[in-house]
Amino acid sequence: MSQSAGTAAAQRAGWLYSAPALLLIGVFFLLPGLAALALSFTDFDLYALADLRNLRFVGLDNYHTLLRTRLFWQALGNTTEFVALGVPLSLLVSLGAALLVDSKLAACKGLLRTALFAPVVTTVVAVALIWRYLLHARYGLINELLALLHLPAVDWLGSPKWSMPAIVLLAIWKNFGYNMVILIAALQAVPDELYEAARLEGAGAWARIWHITLPLLAPTLTLVGILTISGYFQLFAEPYVMTQGGPLQSTVSVLYYMFEQGFTWWRLGYAASVAVVLFALIYSLTTLQLRLTRHLGST
Amino acid sequence: MAKLTPTRARCSALFIATSVLCCACGSSTPRIEVLQFWAMGREAEVVEKLLPDFERAHPNLRVEVQQLPWAAAHQKLLTAFAGDSTPDLSMIGNSWIPEFVALNALKPLQARAAVSKDIQAADYFDGIWQTNRIDDTLYGIPWYVDTRLLFYRSDLLRAAGFDAPAATWAGWLDQLLATKRLVGPERYAVVMPLNEFEPLQVLALQMPEPMLRDRNQYGNFRSASFRRALSFYRNLFTRQLAPAITETQLSNVWNEMGKGTFSFYISGPWNIAEFRKRLAAAQQSSWMTAPMPGPDGPGVSSAGGSSLVIFRRSAHEASAWALIEYLSSPAIQQQFYDLCGDLPPRRSSWQAGRIANDPYTQAFRIQLERLRSAPQVPEWEQIMQAMRLMAERVVRNNENIDVATTALDAEVDAMLAKRRWLLRRREST
Repeated sequence: MSQSAGTAAAQRAGWLYSAPALLLIGVFFLLPGLAALALSFTDFDLYALADLRNLRFVGLDNYHTLLRTRLFWQALGNTTEFVALGVPLSLLVSLGAALLVDSKLAACKGLLRTALFAPVVTTVVAVALIWRYLLHARYGLINELLALLHLPAVDWLGSPKWSMPAIVLLAIWKNFGYNMVILIAALQAVPDELYEAARLEGAGAWARIWHITLPLLAPTLTLVGILTISGYFQLFAEPYVMTQGGPLQSTVSVLYYMFEQGFTWWRLGYAASVAVVLFALIYSLTTLQLRLTRHLGST
Repeated sequence: MAKLTPTRARCSALFIATSVLCCACGSSTPRIEVLQFWAMGREAEVVEKLLPDFERAHPNLRVEVQQLPWAAAHQKLLTAFAGDSTPDLSMIGNSWIPEFVALNALKPLQARAAVSKDIQAADYFDGIWQTNRIDDTLYGIPWYVDTRLLFYRSDLLRAAGFDAPAATWAGWLDQLLATKRLVGPERYAVVMPLNEFEPLQVLALQMPEPMLRDRNQYGNFRSASFRRALSFYRNLFTRQLAPAITETQLSNVWNEMGKGTFSFYISGPWNIAEFRKRLAAAQQSSWMTAPMPGPDGPGVSSAGGSSLVIFRRSAHEASAWALIEYLSSPAIQQQFYDLCGDLPPRRSSWQAGRIANDPYTQAFRIQLERLRSAPQVPEWEQIMQAMRLMAERVVRNNENIDVATTALDAEVDAMLAKRRWLLRRREST
């Protein structure tokens, strides 16, 4: 009796403590989210903004149109290409950088960590300006490096084939520091005794990474992976400042498409349906990923 | 902003002090009317210099200018409309007028303009005046004009054997071919960045058939006219006269023009100042401007630019109109030109001052008599972007012109579906 009263009180306290956060999430996240869902069933546009009598309930029409629009599929394809290329590469670079910075051989760790983290906190607009010069077909540093290696020059931002890889390069450079910092923290939590024991057993550097570091990092890697996937699916700023979606719409991402429809052409109903589809996509992918890692972990 | 505030605070302190003094001596208090005026970019900075004279002439008026960055201005005006916080008057791009009229956000200015001593419709270049009229009602007064024409390297053209740019497409094409032969395979005759819709829009406006049909309810890009304009455009790329690049790859178009990478460039009046500033002194005599060539003779060009409008919610319509009249007077427009190089929209403003003697603006003066307004639908910019993408596919992927224009018409018809529904509903009631 007294025990159940105690749990009830504890529960109430728990709710009370989380109430401010829940309230904020409800008002600023859940409600707008639901409103967007409702909006996606209407044809809210410029005319509706002028006069609400011009607003029509259109059911699933927006979704129908969306699925029949070539540009949406292209945007989805572009985004998938970006995620498929960018996420594994970005994780590899972050892991590599984390291992290097955490290594006993590294000097000036603090400086290194700051330098590698700097791109994360630099504004993407400033970065884009520099990268546009780096990637310039005629005067760019990257093409000069390629020329040193006797490779042909690449028209990075001008050819529909190379524009997305160029955006991937920029995004990886811009973002790897964030994951690196998380991974460094996780690396520091790996007990030294394990490495010592492994070394005594005669395990080489690779064996130690493969059998000790990676398994112990697995939960962190999963988290970082989920964050990166959902972050990379929301690709927007890089193409917005670098290519404006071009050339030939090869760098239009789903979010860019939504922005253009919603805030350039003011077709808010339609744009909301894009947002809902993107949400469903990210949600199902991360759920799948969680299930998979749990499944792998349990076997 | 931070720099302005203390001055403003001081001004208002002074104002309070004076009004208290006035009260003290028993005279009637002059009621100060504050006008909210939104403007964009360089114009916003420059217009502040013109306002003190206006405020001196109207002691009971004070104008507060709010500067908006161009890139965010459209967005900001729409949000202001949605939030019922529009200014009294604003500068707006004249291509936005149909949109704000659809929103019913602007006051009609017909009646005021008809009796105004300062603003006479006949003095304005017709093409630019028409962009401010929707269904025979006037909603804005043109402030400055922005049209596209040819910037070219006169020395290279002369070396290729011509004194001045041709007036017809065929003649211009010959000149481009000759220039290309002169500059060689590494360089080009003309640059038309593929991310700009304006060059193709100008070519299409020059044709007899309009780009939309049936009271602007359907796309008309399948018409013989548009297909001819598009093949002329594509031809410039397939014959290697123009490079298939976007603006981001250009980095510095002035520099490239100076180096002769391109001999022709279709652009607007703001580039007069840029070329002056960025080309070396020795090269200043080697560039010039010329009116657009047309399919069969001197061609029309697009009627861009900005207008001054009064918002419906404004409670200071008469004062806002007084400010518009002031800013439209020829003397002020000449000052405005001297300050920022914007081209005035009325003939009398061109008759004296620096503008009358500038060699680079003369081509614009000729072109301004030949402007054509684009179809006035709120969806126009979206349609132009779709047209641009279609043209990019035609140029880069060599897509068939008939197939591409048919697909574009379908796309445009879908964009105009709501407009058709609204028109039908209005007619049925």
